[in-house]
Amino acid sequence: MTESRQAVTGDLDAMRREEHDLVVVGGGPAGLGAAQAAYDEGVDDIVILERDFELGGILQQCVHPGFGLEYFEEELTGPEYAQQFIENVAERGVDIRLDTMVLEVTHDRTVYAVNDEDGVTEIDAEKVILAMGCRERTRDALDIPGSRPAGIFTAGTAQRLINMEGKLPGEKAVILGSGDVGLIMARHMHLEGAEVEAVLEIMPYTGGITRNVVQCLEDFDIPLRTQQTITEIHGNDRVEGVTVQEVDEDFEPIPGTEYEIECDTILLSVGLIPENELSIDAGVELHSVTGGPIVDETRETNVEDIYACGNVLHVHDVVDWVTEESMIAGRSAARSLQDRVETREEPIEIESTEKLRYVVPDRISTVDPDREEIPLYMRVHAPMEEVFVTLSSGGEQLARTFERRAEPGEMITLNVDSETLAELPEPRLELDVVQREEA
Amino acid sequence: MTETITITCIRCPVGCDIDLEVEDGEILSMEGAGCIQGEDYAREEYRNPTRVLPTTVRVKGGVLPYVPVKTAEPIPKGELEAAVEELATVEVEAPIELGDVIVEDIRGTGVAIVATRDLPAAEEEPVAAD
Repeated sequence: MTESRQAVTGDLDAMRREEHDLVVVGGGPAGLGAAQAAYDEGVDDIVILERDFELGGILQQCVHPGFGLEYFEEELTGPEYAQQFIENVAERGVDIRLDTMVLEVTHDRTVYAVNDEDGVTEIDAEKVILAMGCRERTRDALDIPGSRPAGIFTAGTAQRLINMEGKLPGEKAVILGSGDVGLIMARHMHLEGAEVEAVLEIMPYTGGITRNVVQCLEDFDIPLRTQQTITEIHGNDRVEGVTVQEVDEDFEPIPGTEYEIECDTILLSVGLIPENELSIDAGVELHSVTGGPIVDETRETNVEDIYACGNVLHVHDVVDWVTEESMIAGRSAARSLQDRVETREEPIEIESTEKLRYVVPDRISTVDPDREEIPLYMRVHAPMEEVFVTLSSGGEQLARTFERRAEPGEMITLNVDSETLAELPEPRLELDVVQREEA
Repeated sequence: MTETITITCIRCPVGCDIDLEVEDGEILSMEGAGCIQGEDYAREEYRNPTRVLPTTVRVKGGVLPYVPVKTAEPIPKGELEAAVEELATVEVEAPIELGDVIVEDIRGTGVAIVATRDLPAAEEEPVAAD
């Protein structure tokens, strides 16, 4: 016992120590985009730390088309989208470390990573970009009564099992939650030979985009049942069925509406949570709504020289926006490394009315003459039709964008002209949503 | 015999519900499209609905046991399930490159099945289970 402890201590003393300009935590689309943009802005000492055996992140299991329409202007599958960026970082000679788990990022940018070749490596980084993505809510978050049988998966886990490992998780499934991953998995389970009994959604509307409702459910006559949820899971060793109930406006089950569905599998598609354990330990402050770091327009967090982008920052519905955002982070980190960033005396705070769930960034704290516009990303609280999203300061309207239909599931972007920011009535920007008639 | 069919347009996030009045396979009239794109979509979707099929194919000797594939072009919607069944019988050998043709003509549609990623060969032989 004593001997082995000494051996461990010995290893720690021999820990590898390195210094790098930029360390990117995560080799999914956000990490890849950030690394590429930072390189193109003139930084060549970049390390990507990735815990999986390959780059690409969750895109590798998203084999369905629908990616890249904004960025590449063509419809790609997830792996196709990923491969483009994997090739880009490889061509640029970015140092890529696979099978490497980041254990800790400190507030002064020391990154501890471990893999089975190098053991633990301590990296002293000038800049760190957090790009760890997000994870799915599990059954624990839902408090569904019943025992704990096998057969309950998150939709993403099922996706990885089917598309990468070639294993069908069950034969007869109920999907709880109608987010895009759930809808896509309904189609996949069906095509791979399983029966999908229903997709249940507690809200009065789907959490996914219309295209997926049509092509994943309607194409195969899979029913979507809104304002319903699972109130009990049956089965001891394996799921045998569920009790479903309608819910009222407060999401409380309505007595007398219960019915049973026989199934051996439950897929949960009940929301994504930014993966911020490392960020919290580094002292990064998180946003109460997004669950991701609070950042300025360069994607810098409250901890100096630590940036965040992609789904670790807020959950995006389209990977193209992840790429756009990660490139902002990569470019900003690079420009800051080169002392090309001018900080504002007083940051411009960005606020929104209660009609918007959230807006990213939270503030604008730098001046960059090369930057023509700053995109603001936001989501509405509930579906609305024929609305303007307006941006004003001190009662003066500066910009607006029209949305025929605004939905919580579809992020809205409003670009702010850099020139507009030069002379604001007050150092505050306010976002609101107004009906067309009132605008 | 006239009947009404509702098609949800997916060309943009608005998702207009378009009502088609049809008789003997002919579209008599159409209502509810917010733009010309929607009308085009509804016409196409009524006459010949097609989809890109994404699925996976078994791989021998690769870093993963399956490689993702898709139809190079959309195929008729009615062929999707049969195409998946046909692909369940296919096995390819690693390494595979993105764009490699896996099946030249799926279900007589004239459309190829192509790989959607590079899949390197495994460096070591996979250890036999158990």
